[in-house]
Amino acid sequence: MNKLVYLIPLFPLIGFLINGLGRKSLSKSLIGVIGSGAILASFAVSLVLFFDVKANGAMAVNPLFTFIQTSTLKIDFAFQVDQLSCLFLLIITGIGFLIHVYSASYMHEEEPQHFGRYFAYLNLFVFSMLLLVLGANYVIMFIGWEGVGLCSYLLIGYWFKNNNYNAAAKKAFVMNRIGDLGFLLAVFWIINKLGTVNYHDVFAKAATLSNFDVTAITLLLFVGAMGKSAQIPLYTWLPDAMAGPTPVSALIHAATMVTAGIYMIARSNVLFSMSEFTMHLIAIIGLATALFSATIAIKQNDIKKVLAYSTVSQLGYMFLGLGCGAYTGAVFHVMTHAFFKALLFLGAGSVIHAMHHEQDIRNMGGLKKKLPITHITFLLGCIAISGIPPFSGFFSKDEILAAAFAHNKVYWILGVAGAAMTAFYMFRLYATTFLGNFRGTHDQEHHLHESPKAMTIPLIVLAILSVIGGMVGIPELMGGHHELHHFLSPVLVSEKAYEIEHSTEWMLMGISVTIAAIAILFAVNKFSKKPEMQDAEGFGKVLANKWYVDELYDTIIVKPLEAVANCFKNIIEKSGIDGAVNGVGKFVQYSSRQVRLLQSGQVGTYILFMVLAFVVIVLIWINDGHIYRFITKLF
Amino acid sequence: MPISNYIIFCLTLFTIGIIGVLVRRNAIIVFMCIELMLNAVNLLLVAFSKMHNGVAYLSDKSSIVGAEAQVFVFFIMVVAAAEVSVGLAIIVMMYRNTHSVDINFLNRLKN
Repeated sequence: MNKLVYLIPLFPLIGFLINGLGRKSLSKSLIGVIGSGAILASFAVSLVLFFDVKANGAMAVNPLFTFIQTSTLKIDFAFQVDQLSCLFLLIITGIGFLIHVYSASYMHEEEPQHFGRYFAYLNLFVFSMLLLVLGANYVIMFIGWEGVGLCSYLLIGYWFKNNNYNAAAKKAFVMNRIGDLGFLLAVFWIINKLGTVNYHDVFAKAATLSNFDVTAITLLLFVGAMGKSAQIPLYTWLPDAMAGPTPVSALIHAATMVTAGIYMIARSNVLFSMSEFTMHLIAIIGLATALFSATIAIKQNDIKKVLAYSTVSQLGYMFLGLGCGAYTGAVFHVMTHAFFKALLFLGAGSVIHAMHHEQDIRNMGGLKKKLPITHITFLLGCIAISGIPPFSGFFSKDEILAAAFAHNKVYWILGVAGAAMTAFYMFRLYATTFLGNFRGTHDQEHHLHESPKAMTIPLIVLAILSVIGGMVGIPELMGGHHELHHFLSPVLVSEKAYEIEHSTEWMLMGISVTIAAIAILFAVNKFSKKPEMQDAEGFGKVLANKWYVDELYDTIIVKPLEAVANCFKNIIEKSGIDGAVNGVGKFVQYSSRQVRLLQSGQVGTYILFMVLAFVVIVLIWINDGHIYRFITKLF
Repeated sequence: MPISNYIIFCLTLFTIGIIGVLVRRNAIIVFMCIELMLNAVNLLLVAFSKMHNGVAYLSDKSSIVGAEAQVFVFFIMVVAAAEVSVGLAIIVMMYRNTHSVDINFLNRLKN
């Protein structure tokens, strides 16, 4: 059974190689089958492993080969299958598979060669993410960590002929690199202090670390998580990542990439729980991100941008949960969020597909009748993300909010405010897109069509999961058993139990659901009849321009860096290095031009020189000793 | 007559020759100045030859010390005669080509 672990990342890797190398010779349908089939195979193996782990507990670590060996440090290329990685395996391969199937239909207009490139990247993406999740030490995790960064770059810049898309890809890559540096430093710090990177050994020895070391390591790890999981201040790449094809956004936002930060912190829960300061910081940054991006999402008019900011916001909730010590809640929210966010993105893709690449919701409206399946599934996704029971989002969000309440009541109030905003902007999006009258061109209206089966079936599957996905974590309060909590408890050893009276907890749920419901009704009422057609003004304009954060970063970081680079280019490069090189050449040219003047062709001058030389020689001869000594002294 | 008189006279002649070569542009005068230098050297050679021979004569009546210098003088005169014939021929050819005997006129090696 243990040997099966290797198969999970192997299938996507093979798929990547076949599709990548054979993209010019394979047919499109074959590429789609290979790409999706590889992920399906991984999913099947993951399921087998999942049930095995569920029945028998975590497996032993499986070393494949020794990756790095020095006298004091040994790093194995090893895989670890336990409750946490199992759960992530299912999310990644399961949702990844649905997205692959959807992509095969969504991208059918591409040329075969680019189609193959696309699927090769997708498979590589899943492979990297699987490596990240499966690794039994921080170094293997880092390989996957870098891999997803690379693949996100490749996929965001998939349409590389558009320069804006390339810029977005570069932005994502650079932002991620900043975070990666933090992660790398943390790994070095761990090696320095503990001499090992294996999770087991690190967590076993964690108690020997000084308080300062733990805080530094966890802070650096958190910087890594900030970059990958798009938290303030490194979140700006995620909304720009919309430049990629829509299924890629779904993959990045739901199954892979952004969940890596959550996974890493949940994995290192032993370390993080030791540092009060880091936990507080994570909670505050998570909450700030959740609120901040929710405000931005309210005023966006691009269907994908709204979803992107909602992802950033939901990630903020997950970090809030982590910061409050509710690791299960955070992982639970990763799972449910993966369901409904993949659903929403794929639904948005279906809308964009039907509208012929129109993304502005002001030009949509009334799509309810034309796209019935997309409409129903999208609506279910919106309800799920808004936290209405008994949909999945309710349970996970409620768990995080309850933990926040137990931790600090202010967190809870702000969290509920964020949840209300979530409900509001999601239903603003829903109402503007699907309700009211159609506002696009006649041509678009004529061509409106429901998407093919390969696209609607993943939507339906994801919609079902979004509805019932919360059942694995029904709190005991409601007579449930919280399966997920029991399942994950061996891995999340340091989880803090919080005690809230049952009556209080009922009340909290009631308040948050009521507020969300009011926000939904308000939004539907407001936007179904007459959506916002004008550009926002006043404070709304600030929100529509994303609080001018991009401009701020541009002014305080990008512009000064460019100025310094220009300065180096013009002064040091041009006058310094080029000056020295060209100067040598110029000097030789100049001096030879001067020397050439001696050769005038005038016989008289030659003779004059000859005579002068004679005179000098004679002088030397006369003063033999003196001049000879003088010359030898000179040289 | 002391030898120094000869030396000063020869130096003067030689210097006049050098200055003539350097300053004058007329090829024939330059030529003459070269001859002047050659003759200054000849004169000096003869003067030293006589001086050495005179010293040796006092002890040995049949001494031929210094004779080789006079051989040199003849040798130089022969070479100078050959040189004059070639040089004058060149000047004639030069005049034919350029209608001038100005040496600064011929400052190009090509054309």
